[in-house]
Amino acid sequence: MDADLLTEPDDKIELKGSGIIAAIKASGIEFILSVPDIVTSGGLLRPIARDPELKLIRVCKEDECIGIASGLSYCDKRALTLIQHTGFLDSINAIRGVAVEYGQPICMMIGLLQHDPYTTPRNSPRYGVRIIEPILDAMGIPHHLINEEPDVAKIKPAIDDAYAKSHPVALLIGRRPSAS
Amino acid sequence: MMKRDECFRVLARHVTDEVIVSTYSSAVDWLNLGERTLNYFSVGAMGLDSSHALGLALGRPGKRIICLQGDGSLLMNLGCLVTTAAAAPKNLVHIVVQNGTYEANGGHPIPSTEADFAAMARAAGYVQAYDFSELQNFEQQAGHVLKQDGPVFATLRVERSGPLTYDYPNLYDPARRKALKAALQQRP
Repeated sequence: MDADLLTEPDDKIELKGSGIIAAIKASGIEFILSVPDIVTSGGLLRPIARDPELKLIRVCKEDECIGIASGLSYCDKRALTLIQHTGFLDSINAIRGVAVEYGQPICMMIGLLQHDPYTTPRNSPRYGVRIIEPILDAMGIPHHLINEEPDVAKIKPAIDDAYAKSHPVALLIGRRPSAS
Repeated sequence: MMKRDECFRVLARHVTDEVIVSTYSSAVDWLNLGERTLNYFSVGAMGLDSSHALGLALGRPGKRIICLQGDGSLLMNLGCLVTTAAAAPKNLVHIVVQNGTYEANGGHPIPSTEADFAAMARAAGYVQAYDFSELQNFEQQAGHVLKQDGPVFATLRVERSGPLTYDYPNLYDPARRKALKAALQQRP
């Protein structure tokens, strides 16, 4: 079995990847733009890669997603950027310019690498995770934590609002989604 | 050695309803040839012009997209060659204007002026890759380059231009983005 299909050993809560993918589809997303992230790899990216209803564009570096999603949005096509929080940090300037200053509907689903899902991102044991929400707040980007099953209901309204009002949004994946 | 504005005048003779994605010096020279709704200048971050162009090409496969990118910009997003080749949009023409400098940032040289971008594009998997350094040759082939199934890549080796005026508020005017979006959401 691939390492990314294993669940966290002490995690008693299941966040189903299939539910997240259903919410993505219900949001009208047609394109998934991604650099692999171990948090979302087994539960989201692998099934998305097999799903004929979604067009997966594999990119070399996360900031490419921001440009591609912008180009798609001009054509009235919805895209979701599926990346790791490290890739988000690496793409800050692209997000600043394209998503925030130009007000483009850039929708990002961000895996929080090595985060403890039993605490909040602001209290994460990982420095890289602790700074994500404050950075999003400083940039004025709405964000939602997807950590447990009820959180999945936040996905469609968040994406619909981003496209309706043309602004970016971040959906933070707090625990490794299961492949079921 | 060619001049960028001369090359763009050649291109302009072949451009009709294509979307032109461009930024910095290339955008200035392209805009000097005339206003058109299907210009896309709001790239937002250096290097992303080619990624915006890929998004447009995927979103509107029936419309031809031409990216006019500087060599410094391509170097900031070199992975886009592999991404674009893999996505393989037939309607994308990726033109890199190679003057060997970060012209908009003071004219300093790029790390190496010897880089062979057409060879990189070919190795990445672009369907066609051209390298032009003589204007007469480019004039003869420009129409053919723009009409081929892509992704097509072309390097235009040009000399550094004279001083340009960078009117960024005009280039990045939100009204341009609004008009472009409206035009692209109409069919065909």
